[in-house]
Amino acid sequence: MFGNLLAGIRARWPEFEHETRRRAVRGGIVAGAAFLILALTGAASLSLVVTFAVALALYVPAWNRLPRGRWVVVIGVILIAVLYPFYQANMFEMPLFGGFPSVDTGVTMLIFIMMALGLNIVVGYAGLLDLGYVAFYAMGAYTAAWFASQHFSGKNVHFGSVGVNPAAPGIHISIWPVLFIAAIFTGVVGVIIGFPTLRLRGDYLAIVTLGFGEIMPQVARNGDNLFGQNLTNGPQGINPIDPPGFGDTLNNATGLPADYLTFNTTFLGHDVSSVELFFWTALVLVLFTVFCSVRLRDSRIGRAWIAIREDETAAAAMGVPLMRTKTWAYAAGAFFGGIAGAYYASFKSGTFPDDFFFNISIFILCMVILGGMGNIWGVILGGGFLAYLNQEGLGNIGGWLNRHFSGASTSSDKWFTIWPHDIDVPLYQFGIFGVILVLVMLFKPEGLIPSERRKAEFREGVADEPFYDVQH
Amino acid sequence: MATEQARIRVLPGFRPDPLTLLGLLFVALVVFWLGVNFVKDPSDFYSLFLIGLTNGAVYGLVALGYSLVYGILELINFAHGDVFMLGGMLVATMTTSWGLAGKSSGVLWPLILLMLVIAMAFCATINTTIELVAYRRLRNAPRLAPLITAIGMSFILQNVGLVWKGARPTSVPSILPTGEVFSVGGVAYTWNKLIVLLFTIPVLVALIWLVQQTRQGKAMRATAQDREAAAMMGINVNRTISFTFLIAGALAGAAGLLYALYITNVRFDEGFRVGLIAFTAAVLGGIGNLPGAVLGALVIGLVEAFNNGLGWATPGSDWTQSIIFSILILILVFRPEGLLGERTPEGA
Repeated sequence: MFGNLLAGIRARWPEFEHETRRRAVRGGIVAGAAFLILALTGAASLSLVVTFAVALALYVPAWNRLPRGRWVVVIGVILIAVLYPFYQANMFEMPLFGGFPSVDTGVTMLIFIMMALGLNIVVGYAGLLDLGYVAFYAMGAYTAAWFASQHFSGKNVHFGSVGVNPAAPGIHISIWPVLFIAAIFTGVVGVIIGFPTLRLRGDYLAIVTLGFGEIMPQVARNGDNLFGQNLTNGPQGINPIDPPGFGDTLNNATGLPADYLTFNTTFLGHDVSSVELFFWTALVLVLFTVFCSVRLRDSRIGRAWIAIREDETAAAAMGVPLMRTKTWAYAAGAFFGGIAGAYYASFKSGTFPDDFFFNISIFILCMVILGGMGNIWGVILGGGFLAYLNQEGLGNIGGWLNRHFSGASTSSDKWFTIWPHDIDVPLYQFGIFGVILVLVMLFKPEGLIPSERRKAEFREGVADEPFYDVQH
Repeated sequence: MATEQARIRVLPGFRPDPLTLLGLLFVALVVFWLGVNFVKDPSDFYSLFLIGLTNGAVYGLVALGYSLVYGILELINFAHGDVFMLGGMLVATMTTSWGLAGKSSGVLWPLILLMLVIAMAFCATINTTIELVAYRRLRNAPRLAPLITAIGMSFILQNVGLVWKGARPTSVPSILPTGEVFSVGGVAYTWNKLIVLLFTIPVLVALIWLVQQTRQGKAMRATAQDREAAAMMGINVNRTISFTFLIAGALAGAAGLLYALYITNVRFDEGFRVGLIAFTAAVLGGIGNLPGAVLGALVIGLVEAFNNGLGWATPGSDWTQSIIFSILILILVFRPEGLLGERTPEGA
């Protein structure tokens, strides 16, 4: 086996060498410039050097030209992510953006990446614009709230729950099966919503999903009295929601943490906190989603999705069952949205109707579009970056801008006054996302990291217009 | 083909399919519900009817803009509602800074007319600029691209409003006369409501005349039908599309004025809400169909008013939005051509 690998590497070596040389020049120039800027703005430190070394080691050698070389980058990125809590505190300060995101923000970023990957199945693969993805997120969150909190106080069901008094009222099921229940539930709802609506094409479908996305938060807000039933506890939302954990039995047997919230241990001289457990679990969920996305994309149904996206009429003529294929795309997208929603609810230990308004759907859509529809790396980048901006990036940027340019600034860093009072940058987050949407659509509609195929579609146009108009 | 078969089957006797029956049953239930409410409290019913009609007229003006743009570009211009909101904000600024609150009617009316012209010009400019900057480049891109751009533009305009007037609603002084015109069953129909309605109907008529009778309207219809063929016939397609956005923007400006003066406050996210309602109205009436848009808007306005106000077996204002969007979904799924419109390829 190793002999084969070696022979393969030897055969591909010239190609590898050639490409590496090309990349070394390009990477060297970009990295050199970036390094100089960062070092001159006061970020010079060991962490900066290490960061650039790692980035260049992943980018410059043309790993993808070697047999199994793709895995080098994948494993490298996974390692960087897994180790993040260990080195996050030692990272350098960037100009404008400030410090690296905290692990807490990291959890949110991962959860939104997961949602973006789910939406990517619907929008990126199957080409169905879904403006109501928040509905699935909400359903996942409320499923977690129903099955892992004191909400249904008339019942008293316990199954593997952690951190809950066994006598406490309500349904308390361990978070792991709840994630699964939420995924199945939202998947089924996705099919139910999709079945009547997927007959529609293009913008009509977008509008119907928008309608569902608008109805959903209202149902959540008014759900404290649905035909006499209190389903959602209205505007107060449902909290607390039980934390994840493996329980004492599994803890004793395998050493897995019994309860995330009370977990506390030291590992390699690093205090592992509960938020870091949430981070790694979210990472596992994201990896699961990525794995499923890749396998789905290359499967029979994935190819059918792409065929539908490129030309619905031709796909139907080739024997692709349109309705069934689209419904599967919907169900798959909803499935991951449900898991992400349930996990997020458990992480925040609560769910509130105001988390699910229309703008969140657009926010997630923005992630998919910014990164590059249909491309997993692109969606991960777009999702991580926008979720970071939303959580702490915009606040940092606003702080930086106000410190340097606001008339109200008393900092010694102040350069000159452009605006008289501090600007609340996070207030304008959706305006900023709007600008991102418009700019990306106008100048790089295939996204930052496009999939080759999608790029060709945007450049050459696709036959998404029907061949003839039905006039009766 | 399908219609002929249906006609043959219908001829011997009225035998509708189950779906139509279900729809008729639903309409019958609604009528029954309205009837019971009417009998229980007629004066309440009248006043809600008038409120609904007035709101519907405002929605109608916005819906006409959606319909015009959709008719020509097959693009749902999400930013339209926000253009409307910016018009309302301009009116709010003018009303306050000109001190219109205490003026006598001799001075008031010319000033209101002036405001109307300014608001229409303002919104028309914004709308044409949006088309020029954001939509024109995407004329030949996949359909999703301009739609996503429109959503982005909508967010941008909302934030322009947010920067301009802040997050809280801006109140507009009430300057329209509130005297009684006539009364039905003890409920007064006031001037401020009548003005809204009096404005919408002539605008609709003028618009239909424009589209059906004038040279420019002919160009618009030709462009809507087949852009390439229209260009070959010597129609300046870009100018025609710009003109359509201009008209739609002017309508949004007029609606913004009426809304601001009648509701007497504006808020940065109001445009998006009203825009969605108006879009629902346009779909309900049959998108691309101008009288349909106004009819749909009146229906939606009435649904909203009745649901907010009626006493017997009413879901209440908490559910208004859900009801309106349910109507949108049901219409799109079961009758995509709307009440009056023609069937479009999307809904086939």
